[in-house]
Amino acid sequence: MGSGKTALVAALCRTLGDELALAVVTNDIYTTEDAEFLRRSGAIDPTRVAAVETGCCPHTAVRDDITANLDAVEELERRHAPLELVLVESGGDNLTMTFSQGLVDVQLFVLDVAGGDKVPRKGGPGVTASDLLVINKTDLASRVGADLAVMAGDADRMRKGGPVLFTSLTEQPGAPDVAGWLRAARARWQGAVVTSPG
Amino acid sequence: MNTAAQHDTAVPAALLLLADSRLPAGAHAHSGGLAAAVDTGRVRTLEDLQRFLTGRLTTAGLVAAAVAARAAQVLGDAEQLAALEAEVDARTPSPAAREASRAQGRGLLRAVARAWPSPVLDLLPERPHAPVALGAAAVAVGSGPAAAARVAALTAVTGPAWAAVRLLGLDPLAVSALLAGLAPQVEQVADEALTSAKPGQPLPAASGPMLELLAQAHTRTEVRLFAS
Repeated sequence: MGSGKTALVAALCRTLGDELALAVVTNDIYTTEDAEFLRRSGAIDPTRVAAVETGCCPHTAVRDDITANLDAVEELERRHAPLELVLVESGGDNLTMTFSQGLVDVQLFVLDVAGGDKVPRKGGPGVTASDLLVINKTDLASRVGADLAVMAGDADRMRKGGPVLFTSLTEQPGAPDVAGWLRAARARWQGAVVTSPG
Repeated sequence: MNTAAQHDTAVPAALLLLADSRLPAGAHAHSGGLAAAVDTGRVRTLEDLQRFLTGRLTTAGLVAAAVAARAAQVLGDAEQLAALEAEVDARTPSPAAREASRAQGRGLLRAVARAWPSPVLDLLPERPHAPVALGAAAVAVGSGPAAAARVAALTAVTGPAWAAVRLLGLDPLAVSALLAGLAPQVEQVADEALTSAKPGQPLPAASGPMLELLAQAHTRTEVRLFAS
């Protein structure tokens, strides 16, 4: 919560929007605030953003019963086919968020430095099993007394070497590292040869 | 003497799966008007919920059960199916309620087509009304009109009941007991619906104007946790 997911989605739309046909589905916990933020951000054509209601239970909508999200993705595809990348955002509010394989090909999990440098070591499926862990707001580390080296070490241990990227949208508004990881992930998913990952 | 044993019949496992609230058909995000009833202060307590559910069961629940049972009998007939869809439209004045019904019908059809692929599903529109999809689903799992009516009547109350647990923090054991208390009435409503679902009979048109108003009010709610 508040880790900068929607801002990251907007950054990725700005960075990747010229090269890939994009769409976004937001799972807002109780409003369409995230969807509205994206629509007003100018980062993406507003008609390429859909919001779904999650019945008080964001986990259920992306994991146990993905119906509403599938409907939203299919509707976006109908309107804007062919789509090359659909970002499905959900506000996790804890560390157990897991996206269904029926809904997504890869899952990014976003933490922020201001949540405390102990969070990676607490683990949970979001930290341990996501395809990419993003630790955001690194520019705040000194102000909140967070040790990025500790976070990197814990994340690496909990994820058994799985990829982790540190980001600061203040310093790099286009999130180039995450965008690069997504390009590579997409190329892998398509079975293409990746020549310059990251 | 154990009177319960007199009613002991083996319910097919496929039917139990179809009626399971964990079937991933999208129902979890729909409250059947309960969310708007909570927002507008109409439902706050267990007693309020009981009144809401009883009202829903005997209006929208009765109609849904009859439509589901009729659908299970006319599946092979595209013309009758289209007429049945139109009957549901005519009984659902609220555009938001019609949309919620079609969204749930679509979700149910997707889940059922995957779990129990069957040619009986092929004649359905892409986004059938929920009770029409349920009638077809009952046939796809190897049951029929009576089962369709029972499941439709039951889910007319279970969906809103569990939404109330989430929205109001009501004691889930108390809500479960409330639903158990409603079960005989659920069966009565389903039986009544089954009778009127015989082809040639007029379908019931018990309307709940407040449910229609709540469905519309929900679309104007700023903070919306449920799709309907």
